[in-house]
Amino acid sequence: MNIPAPTFEWFELSPLLIVLVGACLGVLVEALMPRRLRFVSQLVLLAATVLAAIVMLVINWRQGSGGILAMGSISLDGPAYIAWGSLLVFGLLGILVFSERRLDNGATVFAASASSVPGSPLESEATTARLEHSEVFPLALFSLAGMMVFASANDLITLFIALEVMSLPLYVLSAMARRRRLLSQEAGLKYFLLGAFSSAFFLFGMALLYGYAGSFDLKAIDVAIAAPTFGPGLLYTGIAMLAVGLLFKIGVVPFHSWIPDVYVGAPTPVTGFMAICTKLAAVIGGVRVFYVALGAERWSWQPLLAVLALLTMAVGAILALTQTDIKRMLAYSSVAHAGFLLTAVVGALAVVPEGQVNSVGSIMFYLIAYGFAVIAAFAIVTLVRDSAGEANALSGWSGLGRTHPALAGVFAFLMLSFAGIPLTGGFIGKWAVFSAAWRGGYWWLVLAAIIFSLVAAYFYIRVIVVMFFGEPNRQVAVGKASGMTWVPIVVGAAATVYLGLFPGQLLELLAGAEVFWR
Amino acid sequence: MSTENLLILAAIIFTIGAIGVMVRRNALVIFMSVEMMLNSANLAMVAFALAWGGLEGQVASFFVMVVAAAEVVVGLSIIMIIFRTRRSTSVDAASLLKL
Repeated sequence: MNIPAPTFEWFELSPLLIVLVGACLGVLVEALMPRRLRFVSQLVLLAATVLAAIVMLVINWRQGSGGILAMGSISLDGPAYIAWGSLLVFGLLGILVFSERRLDNGATVFAASASSVPGSPLESEATTARLEHSEVFPLALFSLAGMMVFASANDLITLFIALEVMSLPLYVLSAMARRRRLLSQEAGLKYFLLGAFSSAFFLFGMALLYGYAGSFDLKAIDVAIAAPTFGPGLLYTGIAMLAVGLLFKIGVVPFHSWIPDVYVGAPTPVTGFMAICTKLAAVIGGVRVFYVALGAERWSWQPLLAVLALLTMAVGAILALTQTDIKRMLAYSSVAHAGFLLTAVVGALAVVPEGQVNSVGSIMFYLIAYGFAVIAAFAIVTLVRDSAGEANALSGWSGLGRTHPALAGVFAFLMLSFAGIPLTGGFIGKWAVFSAAWRGGYWWLVLAAIIFSLVAAYFYIRVIVVMFFGEPNRQVAVGKASGMTWVPIVVGAAATVYLGLFPGQLLELLAGAEVFWR
Repeated sequence: MSTENLLILAAIIFTIGAIGVMVRRNALVIFMSVEMMLNSANLAMVAFALAWGGLEGQVASFFVMVVAAAEVVVGLSIIMIIFRTRRSTSVDAASLLKL
């Protein structure tokens, strides 16, 4: 039997490989470095890895290389380039916040010893010895590599493996908070059980689509839909179960129930990292499956996704109104944003006038604008503290605008961007996705989306009112953070301003990089 | 055994697993039910691989086994620490995070 050797495009795939190798080196650093050097070397390794990956990505982009790589399992097309680039940037900014040690007396937000029982002698021993988990950096890098694969996977097996590679480290990271450990462990458990449940659905759906098409390849499924061997029963069940897994990761109603709990329980830097990176990877990967593999079936899934988008916006916006915890409010707002994003999906394959972005381009713009704002917002959440750690209750934020006008001003600006007020990146993003939905012919969805944007604006503006017109809360102070927190805040806020004032450059870039390879 | 019978068996195992996840309250049993769902998908893929005469489905089931093993490592460690903290693996006890 003659087995041809597989081809592998090392150079084109180097950004991905660099992140994976960096993560493996991080494990080695953990094993070989003396304890006092570990933290610094992990940090240096992280920065070097991500920057090297970005450099390789830019070189590849300038050369115009790409296509279907690694024996058809990875598709490095325009959306994959944009997803990799933004994942690397958001990943670096998000993971930088992990390393903040000045806020909590020289300790990170992660538990001294995550395996010790809260309140036990072992825990206090570990805390006194100033132990720390520098494993969080390689874990986050592994997760980042999984996300990069997920956003560019060209067959369902790769997609499934990437789904697990990106999720498993996040389950662990969510359960590792230093403060409020019971909440954090509970968040880890819930995330894990629900995540595993949803990936089982994803897997069975994948098996059914394989049965329908005879191949896991996205293109082969598209071909099989055009010339079916079997009846549509296998196909529809397969699509539905696959969609459960994908929509769970995006956080679409009715698969959103994990989002508030996990966002609240997880350490805030991890929440910031998850809030954008998981969502970005899941959306791009999901959209790729729906457009490339199931594009011919869009008349059967588009109306369903439109209804789910409507429900997601409604549930996210209305439940966010009643929240009194800032992290929980941001979690529900992230559910609402998933709904706004989904509106663009129903505009798939609509004819686009020259020089404008299509639905994929608008989704990517929205994600990038949302990502910069959400990373900065969660980094600011880590700063507002009382004696027990972060002060997440909205009452603690009262009067922050009087005591710390600059910080509150930045946070208020980010809230306005989430709300989609003009001159912010969020406004352009909303404009782009709504016009994509409009072109798809779903005018009622756009109308509903605008109404729910107004509902959502109410709770964002409520935070601003509390900050600027409330009585200052004396127990709460803004911690003195190092550059590890300030850099993401400044970069995120500056990018939000820039995208609001000069969206043209990014839109132009996206308009040239929005077509999936088939 | 024909492909159809194998598929029906896979669907039955998947349903048992899904019901197990929804009705049982012990985190360990829930986790075992999830593993059952993964294995039913394996069975379905192998059955389809037989029907199509290719190897893809069989190879995929190996990948799934590896993923399931990785999931056990992460899942059991999370369930362990929860058990040591609370002396219980009931998911009803884990209710600090509420609406």
